[in-house]
Amino acid sequence: MEEKKIFELSFEKALCRRKRVQKILFMLFRIAALINCAALFLIVAFIFMKGWKAITWEFLTQSPLEMMTKGGILPCIVGTLFLGIGAIVVALPIGVASAIYLNEYARPGKLLRLIRLGISNLAGVPSVVFGLFGLAFFVIWLKMGVSIIAGVLTLASLTLPVIIGSTEEALKSVPNTYREASLALGATRWQTIYRVVVPAALPGILTGAILGLSRAAGETAPIMFTAAVFYTPNIPASPFDKIMALPYHIYVLATAGTNIEATRPLQYGTALVLITLVLGMNLAAIVWRSKLRKKMK
Amino acid sequence: MTENYKMRVSHLNFYYGKAQALHDISLNIKKSQVTALIGPSGCGKSTFLRCLNRMNDLIPSGRVEGEIIFDDFDINAPSVDVVMLRRRVGMVFQKPNPFPKNIFENVAYGLRVNGVKDKAFIESRVEESLKKAALWDEIRDRLHESALGLSGGQQQRLCIARALAVEPEIVLMDEPASALDPIATQKIEDLIGELKENYTIIIVTHNMQQAARVSDMTAFFYMGKLIELDETDTLFTRPRLKQTEDYITGRFG
Amino acid sequence: MAKHFQRELEKIKKSILSLGAIVEDRVRLAIKSIESRDAAIAEQIINMDYEIDEMEVEIEEECLKVLALHQPVAVDLRFLISVIKINNDLERIADETVNIAYRIKVISKNKDCKFIFDYALMAEKASAMLRMSLDAMVGLDTDMAFKVCLMDDDVDVFVRNTYEQLKLSILKTPGDAGILINMFLISRHIERIGDHATNIAEEVIYVTDGEIVRHGNF
Repeated sequence: MEEKKIFELSFEKALCRRKRVQKILFMLFRIAALINCAALFLIVAFIFMKGWKAITWEFLTQSPLEMMTKGGILPCIVGTLFLGIGAIVVALPIGVASAIYLNEYARPGKLLRLIRLGISNLAGVPSVVFGLFGLAFFVIWLKMGVSIIAGVLTLASLTLPVIIGSTEEALKSVPNTYREASLALGATRWQTIYRVVVPAALPGILTGAILGLSRAAGETAPIMFTAAVFYTPNIPASPFDKIMALPYHIYVLATAGTNIEATRPLQYGTALVLITLVLGMNLAAIVWRSKLRKKMK
Repeated sequence: MTENYKMRVSHLNFYYGKAQALHDISLNIKKSQVTALIGPSGCGKSTFLRCLNRMNDLIPSGRVEGEIIFDDFDINAPSVDVVMLRRRVGMVFQKPNPFPKNIFENVAYGLRVNGVKDKAFIESRVEESLKKAALWDEIRDRLHESALGLSGGQQQRLCIARALAVEPEIVLMDEPASALDPIATQKIEDLIGELKENYTIIIVTHNMQQAARVSDMTAFFYMGKLIELDETDTLFTRPRLKQTEDYITGRFG
Repeated sequence: MAKHFQRELEKIKKSILSLGAIVEDRVRLAIKSIESRDAAIAEQIINMDYEIDEMEVEIEEECLKVLALHQPVAVDLRFLISVIKINNDLERIADETVNIAYRIKVISKNKDCKFIFDYALMAEKASAMLRMSLDAMVGLDTDMAFKVCLMDDDVDVFVRNTYEQLKLSILKTPGDAGILINMFLISRHIERIGDHATNIAEEVIYVTDGEIVRHGNF
């Protein structure tokens, strides 16, 4: 009887301790998550505070005037959109096709491992190195010159691993039972892929595409040497034109302009526009994905 | 006499890499009958079933030896079109796996991938298949709703309808009712009884009472070998081999 | 699940064997009453019959329970079906001993009438058939079971001889016709005991070989 009591007592003690430990740990986890949110909030709030004054209708619709101290950033917005969308238009088909090959067709072996190694390493290349690569390969060697097309191709190379990664994730998450069921009905592998697997993976693929787009829109280094210029008076008319872009514009205003102090509010304004654009696209991606997911259920 | 047999398996061996999963299996499947494959877990019955429509081709390390004669050709011959074979030998899986499409498109899928474009034909065939699978009355007004909204038993009958839509000659069923509740299981068993008039059915099952209820012939597998093949009522009242009797009376396995 | 089932089967086996032993005793008692024409023994047999009826019902209910709950197949199924039928045959054998007891009671009222018919050999044979069929059941011995089936012919011969004797005796002493007929009827009861023993032997063959060998086709 004594033994049983001692036994139960130690259970009680341990129970209290265990519950306490759990409470503390969960609180730490919550704090970590809050820090995350706080960081985002702080950045957005800071930029917003410093930049909202600069946002006017003229700011968004005019070209810069008087050495960037006045006027607007319309060409930057247009340029960023061209570059971003262009990058996706190039990277998406290649990326999705590669992911389909890697996940659905390729036979496991040395070649497959080599390809995967290459792709994961590509994802780790610093963006400035991409910029130099773009300069050396597209601008100089392929004689495209500093142009939209060179910038788009460089950004596409950067976005490619992102697209491949997210598409592969999406394809992997399609249960194998669908593929088996399709093949058992007398479908070829290709029919199975385009009729069942890709439609089922579509939400994942599209969100990957949008995330890739928002990433491409925000990069500075790859476009510095390949597409972006400090100033161009016209809206670009051909792919071989040079272009202005939001991230580059911020960089230029903050470092190389003739009157940095004067342009400070414009810098923050540009940053605010860029953040809004990027966060907006991310939000759109999330909303669209959840809508598509609901349709599938 | 050979017209009576839909499939004749002769000295079939199957390897996963170096490991041998099936040893020298020979058996004949009679037309318009239900043949049940029973045996303890891991005895090779599912592996055997998947050899019959070459689904084992999907396993990179799988290797087949021996003959499987369907009608008048060996299905493993290099000249055989696997895609065509799989239309004629259909399969229903253990866990219901309808596509994430609506009910109509699920059943029409097989027809579409096999090149059928005639809308009227597809519609009538879909209705016919759903009727054959005893599902039509339950979902006739819901054809364009998602298949994933159906209950487990309905989903499995949908998968059966989907398989029937391409008019296979043989239907392979891999434990079709094991994921279902008793009432849904009963419906599937009744369905099998009705289908056997027009199709040859081979069913793998863990549930011996189900095999006894549903099949005409039963094959007992153990450790990759075929131990006994007999008419179901004979196998369950006086099996020839002690090993079979020990298994079905629960003395082992 | 299987352990529980096996235990139930063992229990049923023990029950049917003990019923067999009791019925065997009853038959021996009946033979004794024939030899001694003792009405007291006959009374005993009649009064104790309810025990056997109760046991028969118990065994049948046990079998039904196991059939419903465990859905046995193959040898287990054949065993249970046979137990139900052997159960029934044993109870009928006991009924025949009661019938013999009633005849003895009638006969014993008339002490001077001599026993024309010698039942010793026939009774021995029937009793042996019962014993052998029960032994065959215990050991699942199909050879012994076949022997029992063959012995049935001998018992039939006895009955025919007794019938001929009866006809002669009635012509000789028509006044004793009542007693004589009762005495003759005893032979019919013994014959039926032999028939039931044969049935038991046929069931034993079914359990072991899965062959139904009824109605003399072996």
